[in-house]
Amino acid sequence: MSLLEITDLTVDFDTEDGLVQAVRGISLDLGEGEILALCGESGCGKSVTAMSVPRLLPPDTTRLSGSVKLDGRELTTLPESRMRQIRGKDVSVVFQEPMTSLNPSFTVGYQITEVLRRHEGLSRKAAGARAVELLELVGIPLPARRVKEYPHQLSGGMRQRVMIAIAVACSPRVLIADEPTTALDVTIQAGVLDVFRDLRDRLGTAVILITHDLGVVADIADRAVVMYAGRAVEQAPVAELFARPRHPYTLGLMNALPSAAVNGRLAEIPGMVPSPLTDPDECAFQARCGRAQPDCRLRRPTLEPQLLDAHLAACFHPGGQS
Amino acid sequence: MVWFILRRAGSAVIVLFLASILIFLGIRALPGDPAVVMAGEEASPAVVEAIRHEFGLDKPLPAQYVDYVGQTLSGNLGRSTQDQLPVAGILAERLPVTLELSALALLVAIVVGVGAGIVAAVKRGRLPDYVATGFGLAGLSVPHFWLGLLSILLFAVTLRWLPASGYVPFTQDPGQNLQRMILPALVLGTGFAAILMRQTRSAMLGALSADYVRTARSKGLSETKVVGAHALRNSLTTVVTVLGLQLGALISGAVVTEQIFVIPGFGKLTVDAVLTRNYPVIQAVVLVTVIGYVLVNLLVDIAYAFLNPRIRLSGGRHD
Repeated sequence: MSLLEITDLTVDFDTEDGLVQAVRGISLDLGEGEILALCGESGCGKSVTAMSVPRLLPPDTTRLSGSVKLDGRELTTLPESRMRQIRGKDVSVVFQEPMTSLNPSFTVGYQITEVLRRHEGLSRKAAGARAVELLELVGIPLPARRVKEYPHQLSGGMRQRVMIAIAVACSPRVLIADEPTTALDVTIQAGVLDVFRDLRDRLGTAVILITHDLGVVADIADRAVVMYAGRAVEQAPVAELFARPRHPYTLGLMNALPSAAVNGRLAEIPGMVPSPLTDPDECAFQARCGRAQPDCRLRRPTLEPQLLDAHLAACFHPGGQS
Repeated sequence: MVWFILRRAGSAVIVLFLASILIFLGIRALPGDPAVVMAGEEASPAVVEAIRHEFGLDKPLPAQYVDYVGQTLSGNLGRSTQDQLPVAGILAERLPVTLELSALALLVAIVVGVGAGIVAAVKRGRLPDYVATGFGLAGLSVPHFWLGLLSILLFAVTLRWLPASGYVPFTQDPGQNLQRMILPALVLGTGFAAILMRQTRSAMLGALSADYVRTARSKGLSETKVVGAHALRNSLTTVVTVLGLQLGALISGAVVTEQIFVIPGFGKLTVDAVLTRNYPVIQAVVLVTVIGYVLVNLLVDIAYAFLNPRIRLSGGRHD
C-alpha cells in the first residue's frame, strides 16, 4: 500500500464566471521516501491537487470529490478538528513565497516552536532547543542567534529554509513543496533542493514537489507526473521520462527548456490553455498539438502504459522526439 | 528601544514648546480686552488699568510669555478671571471627569469596534458582516448631539432606566457615577466604535488573505490562534493608528457630549471659558489638550515599535 493515494480527485471552484474545473479526475500515489514531481504550466491544477491533501483550499468556494488516503485513512471526509491534527504533523507544506509566508510580527524561533508545541506537546524550553537544531538541519549558520530574529532580517533563501524547518519540525510523512525554489536566486536553488534530498535520506520524508521547472524535476525527483488542464497526461520515473517522453505536451515542455534551444531561440508551445469552465470530450491538448489527428477531437485519451509499465501517457499518437 | 523612546520624547518636548508659543500668541490675538471684561462695562479707566497691571497685561509680549512659561512650569496656571479661583484647581476638578468619560467611551469603542471588526472580517459576506457594516455606517453618519438627545429621550424619559443628566463623582458613589456616565460614554463611543470597526475589518481582511495566515493554517493551528494571534497581530498597527488619530476627535466629541448631558467636565469648562473670554482658563485648557495630543502620539509611536519589529529593531529609522 502506498503512503498517499489520491483516487479520481476532482476540484471545482465556485467563481463569478461559473464553476472553474481546476482538477478533473486525477489519481496518483506516493511511496514512503519518494520524491514525486507534479509539473505543468500555471493553472494546470498541480497546486490545487497537492493542496487538497492537507485541505488548505478555501472551504467556502471549493467543491471536491474523489478520495485522498494517507496510510489508508480517508482525509476528505475527516472532521476539521481531526484534520488540524494532521496538518503540520503528518502532512506539511512549504509555500512558494518565502518573503511573505512567514509572519513578520513573530520571531523565527516562535514560528518554529509554535508547531512543535502544538503537535509534539513540547515545553517552551524544549521546543526552543529543538528549533535551534532544526535551523541547523536546514543549513542556517549561527542558528542560536537566528531563532531570535524576525523574518525581515533574513534573506529569501534563509526564509525558505526557515519555512522548511517549520514544515519538517514534526517529521511529517508527506511534505508538499509548492514551487519552493521559484522565488529564489538560481545560486540558492540548488542548496534548497539539497535540503529536501537530505531530509528524505535522513527522515524518510516523502515529498510532493510542485514545479514548472523541468530542470528541478531532473535534479531531484524520483518520479514525475505531467499535468495539463487539470489532468495527468504523462507519468513516469524521471530518467525514463527524460529519455523517452511520450506525450507531445511533455515534449513541448522539454523543447522549451533553455538547454534545448535551437539557435538561441526557445521553442514555445503554440496556442493557449483551454478554458477551465468547459470540458468537451476530446484531448485537451489537441488544439495546440503538432501530432493531432481527427480522432483526437472525438474522445478523450486515457493514461495507457507505454514502453514500460511504470510509464503512462494519455495520448492516441504518442511518440519519441520528433 | 530606549533610544527610540528618548528620541520620540525629545521631539515631543519641542512640539510642546512651539505649541506654548502658539497658544500664548493665539489667545492674545483674540479681539476684546480681558481687563475690561473683568472690571465690567462701567468701570473707570483707572480700575481697568489697575487690573491690567495686576495681571501683567501691560508688559511687552515677550515678557508676558516668559512670565507665562515660568508660572506654568511651577504649576501656577493663574486665576480664573471669572471667579478668581486658581486655574490649576479648576482643572484638577474638571479633568478627571472628562478623562473618565473618554476612558469609558474608549473602552466601548475598542471592545465593540475591534470585536465587531474581527467578526465581520472572519464572517465576510455573511449575516454578521452585513449587520456590523450596517451599524458601522449608521454609527458614522449619526451626529453625537442627535444621538445624545435621542438616547436621553429613550432611556431616561420613556424607559426611565437611567438618569437624564447630571454628574456624581466616582469617589462619592461609584454606582450613581456609572449610572450617569454610561449613556454619555455610549454616545461618545459610538462614532469611534464605527470607525474602529471599519478599519479593523479591512485590516483583518487583508491579514486573513495573507500568505502567513495560510502558513499558520498549514501548521494545524486552531482557527482562534490563526485569527487571534497571526492575523490580529498584524492588524493592530492599523487599529493603533486610528486610535491615535481619533483620540483628538474624542476630546472634541466630549465637549458636545458634556453639554448635552450637563456633565461638569473639561469640555463644558472650555465652552464656558471661551464665552466669558477667560484667558487663563482657555490657555490652560488648550495647553492640557496639546499635552494630551502629544502624549497620545508618543504612546502611539511606542506602540508601533512594540507591534512592528521592523521599527523596533531599526530604532525608528525604517524606510
